[in-house]
Amino acid sequence: MLISELAEQVVSGLATGSIIASMALALVLIYRSINVINFAQGEMAMFSTFIAYTLIDRGVPIWISFALTVLIAFVGGVAIERTVIRPIERASPLTIVIVSLGLLISINGLAGWIWGYDVHAFPSPFPQTTLRLGGVVLSAQDIGVIVTCLGMLAVLWFFFGRTRLGLAMRAAALYPTESRVLGIRVGWMLALGWGLAAVVGAIAGVMIAPIVFLEPNMMQGLVVYAFAAAVLGGIDSPVGAVVGGLILGVALNLMGTYVSFIGTDLRLPAAFLIIVLVLVVRPSGFFGKQSVTRV
Amino acid sequence: MTPQARRLVPLIVAVVLFAVLPFVIPSFLTFQFAFAGAYTCAILGLTVLTGTNGQISLGQGAFMAAGGYTLAILAHSAGWPPELAIPLAAIVSFVLGGIVGVVALRLTGAYLALATFALAVSVSPLIKRFGWITGGAQGVTLPFSRDSRVLYAESWGIAALLLLITWFMLRGRIGRSLRALRDNEIAAASFGINPVPYKTFAFALSAAYAGIAGALVATATAYVSPDTFGLQLSLTLIIGVVIGGLDSLWGAVIGGLVVEFLPLAAQSINVAATSLIYGIALILVMILIPGGIAGALRTLSRR
Repeated sequence: MLISELAEQVVSGLATGSIIASMALALVLIYRSINVINFAQGEMAMFSTFIAYTLIDRGVPIWISFALTVLIAFVGGVAIERTVIRPIERASPLTIVIVSLGLLISINGLAGWIWGYDVHAFPSPFPQTTLRLGGVVLSAQDIGVIVTCLGMLAVLWFFFGRTRLGLAMRAAALYPTESRVLGIRVGWMLALGWGLAAVVGAIAGVMIAPIVFLEPNMMQGLVVYAFAAAVLGGIDSPVGAVVGGLILGVALNLMGTYVSFIGTDLRLPAAFLIIVLVLVVRPSGFFGKQSVTRV
Repeated sequence: MTPQARRLVPLIVAVVLFAVLPFVIPSFLTFQFAFAGAYTCAILGLTVLTGTNGQISLGQGAFMAAGGYTLAILAHSAGWPPELAIPLAAIVSFVLGGIVGVVALRLTGAYLALATFALAVSVSPLIKRFGWITGGAQGVTLPFSRDSRVLYAESWGIAALLLLITWFMLRGRIGRSLRALRDNEIAAASFGINPVPYKTFAFALSAAYAGIAGALVATATAYVSPDTFGLQLSLTLIIGVVIGGLDSLWGAVIGGLVVEFLPLAAQSINVAATSLIYGIALILVMILIPGGIAGALRTLSRR
């Protein structure tokens, strides 16, 4: 095992990891508002990516297409919360899980109806060149993905930690009643959370699409890794989701390359194992709050 | 008629209808009905586990895979007939379901859904990876082909048996305990219901039903492959139990018929029509009629 090869594997793992981290963060954003995992997160991202694809296909410049896609994703996320999630906000976990599965299946079907199930190549926004850094060969694609995702995460961190709106959103998710008393419009804050989660998903979607190709089922693998990352970091912790995603991306890449028993086939079962182990041994993950319920 | 006798009417009508059906419909339809019977068995498992006991499993397809592959491997390499292999498929999936059920004791609500979703996604890569026993991506071809009426009789005969067993089980102490644990586990436990055996048993039983269903599907198609039992199948079974009606034995039958015949009808509109209809139906049912079709029919008949 060469050190330079190891470094290359780590960087390419960080690229996948930062995309997993973004998806995991989107899951956490929604988990904090309705206490349920949004199973449709991956399909929402897939649908946004198809919108970007259509725009690029019609000749819109690639970065402008991305900006438009982000805008459309935001509106779509808010609309889903207002129409589908609102009526069942306070329902049992079973109801919310099934409704989010309903979203998953119908968004998948809608994409299949509009764009078909053929596989499309998605253009990469980054130059297809490599950089040499002291004997280590890095692809510009990987670096671009890492910079984009981490940049987005930094913007979100600033938004939630330093702006009034971000604070209001956090308050609405954690203390709905108290927030309402203080004049925060809790319903709209939750909808805004869905909008933001959709935006984060859309960006993750256009970042992963050049690697996995575009088709309605493209997100099914990635979303399981995102579940594993979110669980690993603690499902209610944004920092945990990001760290979990990066660790998972690197670990899966290294295991796939160096542990021949796992190879590429057993990556999904490995993610499944991580989910089960963490949930059984330490349900709050590494960064999450231990949940205590009064009975 | 007494109310008890009135409740029997739809049952008798259904039994007569299902007994006469294979003699009046064409062979290909009989074949499709055989699949509906198999799905009914798997969905009945979810009726017990998710409907009656409140544990969300998105991994029912994994246990169908266990049952289907048990039958396929026994038939392919040891020449076992389905009649012998189906009970063994049930036992294998019962044990696997019990193991998953023990793990599931630590997981509640959405977390269980998450873990079983990951299980459903893992099935296909696991089967492909252990190709020396499962035949890998090419799958296993079974050394027999059966008449559609035999398949029909097998599927619906077994479905009827499982419905009867489940009805007996759920009408008494076990059913009450499972429902009590679903509605409020702490309250149920303080009334002396030990959650551990009941919840584990519900998981194992529902897995056994799924295993039988998988074995029936394998018998009917005379072929199993990793992609037969993927996430799609697990989701389809959840769709069946929700649309048919959670916590209703009739719901399992309705669900089995819906998931077999709705895609066949919807395909003529568009390849994606099934998913779109399923997805929208799931959302609407949960918001408007949480009891599914069976629940809605029951409400209508009481008016």
